[in-house]
Amino acid sequence: MRERGICRSRHEYLFNLTWINEARGARSYPLAKRTENLVQAESALARTGLWFIITILAVMAVATAADRAFAAQATIVAVIAFALMWMSAVRFDPVTSGRSFFKMPEGPSRYDDDVVRWGVVATMFWGVVGLLAGLFIAMQLAFPQLNFEPYLNFGRVRPLHTSAVIFAFGGNALLATSFHVVQRTCRTQLAFPSLARFVFWGYQLFIVLAASGYLLGITQSKEYAEPEWYVDLWLTIVWVAYAIVFIGTIIRRHEPHIYVANWFYLAFIVTIAMLHIVNNLAVPVSLVGSQSYVLFSGVQDALVQWWYGHNAVGFFLTAGFLAMMYYYVPKQAERPVYSYRLSIIHFWSLIFLYIWAGPHHLHYTALPDWAQTLGMVFSVMLWMPSWGGMINGLMTLNGAWDKVRTDPIIRMMVMALAFYGMSTFEGPMLSIKSVNSLSHYTDWTIGHVHSGALGWNGLITFACVYYLVPRLWKRERMYSLRMINWHFWLATLGIVFYAASMWVAGITQGLMWREYGADGYLVNSFADTVAALHPMFIMRAFGGLLYLGGALVMSYNVWMTLAGKLREEKPLTDASYDPEADRPIVDRPAAVPAE
Amino acid sequence: MENKRIDEPTGTETVGHEWDGIEELDTPMPRWWLWTFYLTILFSVGYVIAYPAWPLVDKATAGVLGWSSRGELAKEIDAADLARESVREALARVPIERLPEDSALMAQAVAGGRAAFKVNCSQCHGSGAAGSQELGYPNLNDDDWLWGGDLKAIEYTLTHGIRQAGHDETRTSQMPPFAGAFDPAQLDALVSHVLSLSGKGQTSPAGAQLYADTCVACHGASGEGDRAVGAPRLNDAIWLRGSSREAIMRQILNPRMGMMPKWEGRLDPVTIKMLAAYVHSLGGGEDFVEVAEDPEVEVDEQP
Repeated sequence: MRERGICRSRHEYLFNLTWINEARGARSYPLAKRTENLVQAESALARTGLWFIITILAVMAVATAADRAFAAQATIVAVIAFALMWMSAVRFDPVTSGRSFFKMPEGPSRYDDDVVRWGVVATMFWGVVGLLAGLFIAMQLAFPQLNFEPYLNFGRVRPLHTSAVIFAFGGNALLATSFHVVQRTCRTQLAFPSLARFVFWGYQLFIVLAASGYLLGITQSKEYAEPEWYVDLWLTIVWVAYAIVFIGTIIRRHEPHIYVANWFYLAFIVTIAMLHIVNNLAVPVSLVGSQSYVLFSGVQDALVQWWYGHNAVGFFLTAGFLAMMYYYVPKQAERPVYSYRLSIIHFWSLIFLYIWAGPHHLHYTALPDWAQTLGMVFSVMLWMPSWGGMINGLMTLNGAWDKVRTDPIIRMMVMALAFYGMSTFEGPMLSIKSVNSLSHYTDWTIGHVHSGALGWNGLITFACVYYLVPRLWKRERMYSLRMINWHFWLATLGIVFYAASMWVAGITQGLMWREYGADGYLVNSFADTVAALHPMFIMRAFGGLLYLGGALVMSYNVWMTLAGKLREEKPLTDASYDPEADRPIVDRPAAVPAE
Repeated sequence: MENKRIDEPTGTETVGHEWDGIEELDTPMPRWWLWTFYLTILFSVGYVIAYPAWPLVDKATAGVLGWSSRGELAKEIDAADLARESVREALARVPIERLPEDSALMAQAVAGGRAAFKVNCSQCHGSGAAGSQELGYPNLNDDDWLWGGDLKAIEYTLTHGIRQAGHDETRTSQMPPFAGAFDPAQLDALVSHVLSLSGKGQTSPAGAQLYADTCVACHGASGEGDRAVGAPRLNDAIWLRGSSREAIMRQILNPRMGMMPKWEGRLDPVTIKMLAAYVHSLGGGEDFVEVAEDPEVEVDEQP
């Protein structure tokens, strides 16, 4: 209790100090304002020029493009660059403040949350797009007549779905939450605020180019890394900028220690940079064409691809989302993290072991046996390090278990952690070669991925967005807490339908493929197995429909919250929020190193 | 470590750090977690000793069990081959004409052919061998045969394929395209005549004349077709590419002709024999009474 007292008075002290600083700033306003305007005018002019050059280059690329799809992509870049040029030119107006579009925080005593707000909106938008695409391809598998050639056939919409949910929905959630969490756990503003804005918009351009490219038929045929060379280069630039902002913010922190969530975010950012660059090494056929040849070939290429693919799961969908869990679960539960020691051991063991597990995607292929063995044993050893995150998340509720009953956001987080635990057990199990010989290439894999993606990534993201929205838009609470409950049940039921139908489908498929008759000959043709799975495919699509329904309920809830409305309903528990405590520390120099 | 305190609900001490209101408890790692982790590591150590694991300069360690995935595959295939060896040997000895005499062997050949069909043939002919009228893949369940339906003819088609470029023994023929050869009225009359051969509608003298001038050579005077050149019968109810006026018209103007891979070299002769037995057994298989003449002599004829 004593510490609490000190803590509060420190906040109060800080708050007063900030107040004085702001007041002082206000007095010297006119001079500062004039200089600022001048600087802004110059930078606006420079920016207009820059966008102009990019527009010209993009138009030239359209004119000289080697293929039509590349021309279409260059057109998108040209349109965006032109719009930005136009906006920069409009902003070339010394009178109106340049803060209207790229709003900067109101002063050093506020966190810089614009990118977080935009990121939350983008997360919701891309989430619905990605789920819709998923439902569509699930329907295509059940009813092949829905393949509309050529733009909306399964082969093109499927990467649209996977990229939209992983990179657009998940990626924006990670961007938004990492910028939110790093500021609060470092008690400082974002380093390089304009670079942070570039990261957000640059990332959206990456998504648009990737998604439109798939529909136009541009792909380098690497799963989860389908975008071609120029989009890859762009993402590399954006990602480096992201790393600079994030690491810069950590460096200027006002806390002696780096919080565990930030370790996970760091691991995610650094590793994804490495994976992305190595897996996408390619030689373009033409500098104005969309095609390229990957540097590796054959089984080497397959190994690099699955080293990337598996660690995209490990570091994007596991480490990144564990970072979210490590901040938002204790905040929502208002409880201390269960075990500091567990967090250290499971963090280091997780990131050390994960990176070697990729070869388990290539069991019983041309990949040498020794690499398959190592892929398998590293996956088996990964079981407990993965579960460390689940234990730390769930046990954080010690002393607050009643909230599972009363707080719908906590309930969602607990369900997310339960699915996380389930799929991180299933993963090592499927990596065991004898299990894999049955499960590989079947829908079991699809079910496994979705219990992780829908259950863990989806639910934890939704919970974090529910936590963030009222705080970011300064609302009392979400429009409706009861609707969160509806969302919870729709989503949970949806996942149950999805995972259960895919388990049945996968095992059916695996058994039918290997079925030999009494004469010693194969019993089923491939088409027979497809016909047998039809009911399961329909059930899967139904599960997806429920899950999408939940996301739509959420969109409505978020929309109404942004509109400033409150639904009249019986109250439910929610975590408390003190806006005065939600501020950076400004009274002492940054980065006191840990002892 | 200045802010350590005892957390009341759990009775555990905190580590003493605080970030934005979040503290951490100093709970020791759960024992069961730690021991399971050690156990998985122990299992892994054992596994890498037993199985191929560590890459060395030229090759990897082989593992004390001497297991390899190629070795396992070879063993399984050997076992399966061994189980079927007597059947395969018997099949290899028997010329296909004599196969029906041994009904037990025939039944085993049909079973093997069924499995091979699912893997190699169902992609075009369908898993039930019903083919596709839309795409022109023949139905193998009926008794309408383009190139002959006795065991030997089927085996020959399987072995050498249909219209395989660069293969001398393949079954081949070509129907000329008649686009531009007829005016619309003539075309209409010809189509009516073709339909009339199977009793659909009336013909006209003009149509009969056109048919006699251009089609009889291959399809025969009454539309009975010619297996020597794979010319389909036109006087039955079975149509390879549709029986509508439009479908027939399209086929006259710009004929589409099917191809089938030659399986010689891809499948061993015994498997081909089994496939022939299976296809023959589907319902339309013919006896050797109607044996087509040796196709090698006839197929050279180009219309």
